[in-house]
Amino acid sequence: MGYDPNNPMEGRITDIGPRYYDEFLPPVIKANKGKWLYHEIPAPGILIHTSETGAKCYTVRVGAARLMSIEHIREMCDIADAHCEGYLRFTTRNNVEFMTDSEDSMKSLIEDLKSRGNKFPIGGTGACITNIVHTQGWVHCHTPATDASGPVKCVMDELFDYFGSMKLPAQLRVALACCLNMCGAVHASDIAILGIHRKPPMIDHGHITGVCELPLAIASCPLGAVKPAKVVVDGKEIKSVKVNAERCMYCGNCYTMCPAMPLADPDGDGIAILVGGKISNRISAPKFSKLVIPFLPNNPPRWPEVVEAIVNIVKVYAENANKYERLGEWAERIGWEKFFEKCNIPFTEKSIDDYRMAYETWHTTTQFKYTSATASYTD
Amino acid sequence: MSKHDTPMLDELEKGPWPSFVTDLKRQAETKPECWDILGQLELSYEDKITHWKHGGIVGIFGYGGGVVGRYSDVPDRFPGVEHFHTVRVNQPSSKYYSTKFLRGICDLWEKYGSGMTNMHGSTGDMVLLGTRTENLEPLFWDLTHDLNQDIGGSGSNLRTPSCCLGQSRCEFACYDTQEICHTLTNHYQDELHRPAFPYKYKFKFSGCANDCVAAIARSDLAVIGTWKDDIRIDQAAVKEYMAGNYPANAGAHAGRDWGAFDIQKEVIDLCPTGCMSMEGDELKVDNSECTRCMHCINVMPRAMRPGKEQGATICMGAKAPILEGAQFATMIIPFVKIEKENEYEAVINVIESVWDWWMEHGKNRERVGEAMQRIGLANFLSIIGVEPLPQHIQEPRSNAYIFWREEEVPGGFERDIVEFRKRHAA
Ligand code: HEM
Ligand code: HEM
Ligand code: HEM
Ligand code: HEM
Ligand code: SF4
Ligand code: SF4
Ligand code: SF4
Ligand code: SF4
Repeated sequence: MGYDPNNPMEGRITDIGPRYYDEFLPPVIKANKGKWLYHEIPAPGILIHTSETGAKCYTVRVGAARLMSIEHIREMCDIADAHCEGYLRFTTRNNVEFMTDSEDSMKSLIEDLKSRGNKFPIGGTGACITNIVHTQGWVHCHTPATDASGPVKCVMDELFDYFGSMKLPAQLRVALACCLNMCGAVHASDIAILGIHRKPPMIDHGHITGVCELPLAIASCPLGAVKPAKVVVDGKEIKSVKVNAERCMYCGNCYTMCPAMPLADPDGDGIAILVGGKISNRISAPKFSKLVIPFLPNNPPRWPEVVEAIVNIVKVYAENANKYERLGEWAERIGWEKFFEKCNIPFTEKSIDDYRMAYETWHTTTQFKYTSATASYTD
Repeated sequence: MSKHDTPMLDELEKGPWPSFVTDLKRQAETKPECWDILGQLELSYEDKITHWKHGGIVGIFGYGGGVVGRYSDVPDRFPGVEHFHTVRVNQPSSKYYSTKFLRGICDLWEKYGSGMTNMHGSTGDMVLLGTRTENLEPLFWDLTHDLNQDIGGSGSNLRTPSCCLGQSRCEFACYDTQEICHTLTNHYQDELHRPAFPYKYKFKFSGCANDCVAAIARSDLAVIGTWKDDIRIDQAAVKEYMAGNYPANAGAHAGRDWGAFDIQKEVIDLCPTGCMSMEGDELKVDNSECTRCMHCINVMPRAMRPGKEQGATICMGAKAPILEGAQFATMIIPFVKIEKENEYEAVINVIESVWDWWMEHGKNRERVGEAMQRIGLANFLSIIGVEPLPQHIQEPRSNAYIFWREEEVPGGFERDIVEFRKRHAA
């Protein structure tokens, strides 16, 4: 049997959803679901969960590149078959977890993982920098302002020591999205690496007819910067659009609706760094990440400026924050003016919000700290 | 499809983190189109710009999403990636797999695709990266017939729901995130596969306020586990922590010498509500003041547990910045029981009360969170039939520009100017 192109509806199966997760639970997980009492992290990357039945689940967490081949997946299946009764799981942050119910098989599992070069780094638990969540970049998408897999690899290479250790004040989550759409949802990360465009879209009048529904392109712009226009192409007047460059914030929404409005550009595009976001409700409420470095160039293959900026922020945070304090909590405690000073990041007007509801971010109190930034007033 | 020189990408084979370039090269030995992935990516590294064209509509017959179309803008140089569509495969709850199933997916993708994947995509799906249009239907046939597995969502529809690992391996979980995620994914297959919404809509299920799937930041409907009775305390275990016999935060901070564990400094003083204290050698929590932030439980998992009467808080309207700026989800339903026995009726009622309104009144490409802003929280609550509570706001408004409904004002808005003028000369 199999698919028959002449008879596509014959025997078709649809709307069956995902496989039932219960089929895929390792035996120790299945037997103790809902009965877990507590967990311990005896070493970076190792979790031991203890059930009220006394059973224990030993988990080894390893990092992975999200862009992954089936050869690599098959290798992980071999490992899981050898040590974990044929089961494994992936975490939300692109890590892989191998689980077993005995300390001995955990030990042989770890030996096996370590024997395979740098393919399976163990870590990603506790007060660490775990894997970076990210988007597609130049590997698959049509709107990116930077690559994703490449910068992630470069940053993780430099932060590798923090992946396999637990010496930070709290967990530090890094995320990368390659354009403002933020498929990688970086807006609440301790450190967000965000691809940004800086030039308004070009308009391909020669191709716009037929590929673009003009009203949709016009309506797509959140700032009303796209307007109808009549232009002459090959001596003929056609309906097209124009862009008011002063209003454009280079979000690419118009390009998503209209292929004749590309905006990517080798010199215009690059990376902004936002910091201090968090998701967890622990101690303080979730926070958005805030823009501290408006632009760093795309400098493949190793993005040295981006890597350096991030390593610097991580180091200053690690030295200064209190135990349990997330990056954003630390910055708020000392004040953002101190954050810029301590991290030696030049403050620019680009960090002052001028979009809607910007006023909420302005400083409406006389309470502030003197830093090097105010020196010209105090010296 | 032959090998290309990739001097820039080769630099990414160095360093301790796993290299996707090495992995691609390994896969290229059996799937030569991977050489063209590398070749085109190298070109992007030289040009500092993407070489993928705008999508184009491709998909599975009868479905409105689940496939993202993609074409190369340099197909002559890299014919192996001329078409490079992705297929989103709906992941099982919490992403546990048997190797048998995963190998089945690998074999399928060896047959019909590039051999490259994302494990996983941002919303949660397995992403099979790169195939040709003519392979889509045969792939879908084999996926459903041989692997009993469906694809996920994309477009203006219900996106593939996702959950944290919950009770399967986490002692903090206040409900079974996996089961409700699976049940509702199946319950709403039509909404998932056939876009009929103004824009995308996401559910996410986290078992507690640590929110490991980032529900409060990423979902239109975030279901976050909580409890309504008292935190359970094992006083003997508290003493073990104080004596340094159990590692604080399960050992999460063990990589650095933070000094001896200090319950006052690390737990009581960091409690955001100040509702904890030591009475003699007993740890007390004033539970009526606790906001269930999870901090004390995280620090002393063997001594503190969520209460026994568990359920979830429902928050609504989170989204990334496009278009109207980023929003976290707003707390709407303080507590709801998550009950398999009645097929999650309480949660389903909440979901559908929003959809009924949003499908009719939401604007094109307007997320629920934006629609909520447009009409205001008070109106939104009234539309979905939720009584306004002080818990819905951080603070009361500071302007007095109150809109009154006519029926709220005695006598209504209609007045008689002639009568008025008899008493007040013009
Ligand atoms: C202080 C806050 C947090 C604490 C105490 C905490 C605690 C935990 C614990 C105990 C687990 C292990 C569950 C298990 O393996 O049994 C876990 C898993 C996880 N956490 Fe957190 N977490 C916190 C915040 C976060 C945040 C903010 C994120 C992400 C944004 C996150 C992402 C994850 C992920 C991805 C997992 C793996 C579970 C999964 O993939 O479903 N956690 N967390
Ligand atoms: C207006 C905003 C957005 C637009 C126009 C947009 C567009 C796109 C496009 C074109 C892709 C395909 C990338 C590729 O070639 O594979 C994509 C992928 C994806 N997007 Fe978005 N996106 C938007 C916002 C979001 C948001 C806010 C989320 C999540 C909360 C999201 C989640 C995803 C996911 C999960 C993928 C799959 C690929 C991946 O995991 O990297 N998108 N999006
Ligand atoms: C394709 C889309 C996305 C993917 C694949 C994705 C993936 C992830 C993953 C895996 C995490 C880590 C969570 C965990 O460890 O359990 C995460 C965290 C987060 N995501 Fe997303 N996300 C996506 C879109 C979004 C969007 C659209 C938003 C916001 C609207 C968002 C906001 C966040 C936030 C705030 C965090 C927490 C970050 C942190 O604390 O580090 N994500 N995301
Ligand atoms: C729409 C809103 C407002 C309107 C229409 C309004 C109108 C007026 C008018 C007509 C007067 C002159 C009264 C008179 O001297 O006979 C006045 C005076 C005044 N208003 Fe307002 N006002 C508004 C809001 C405010 C607000 C928000 C504040 C303060 C925060 C404020 C503070 C004052 C003060 C201090 C005076 C002077 C009173 C005095 O001379 O003793 N007003 N306002
Ligand atoms: S973040 Fe932007 S560029 Fe990156 S995958 Fe999503 S839509 Fe494409
Ligand atoms: S890039 Fe964004 S802001 Fe600029 S014209 Fe297009 S839609 Fe409008
Ligand atoms: S959200 Fe809570 S219940 Fe779910 S895995 Fe994270 S800590 Fe456990
Ligand atoms: S859960 Fe949070 S608010 Fe409640 S007692 Fe513990 S630390 Fe305090």
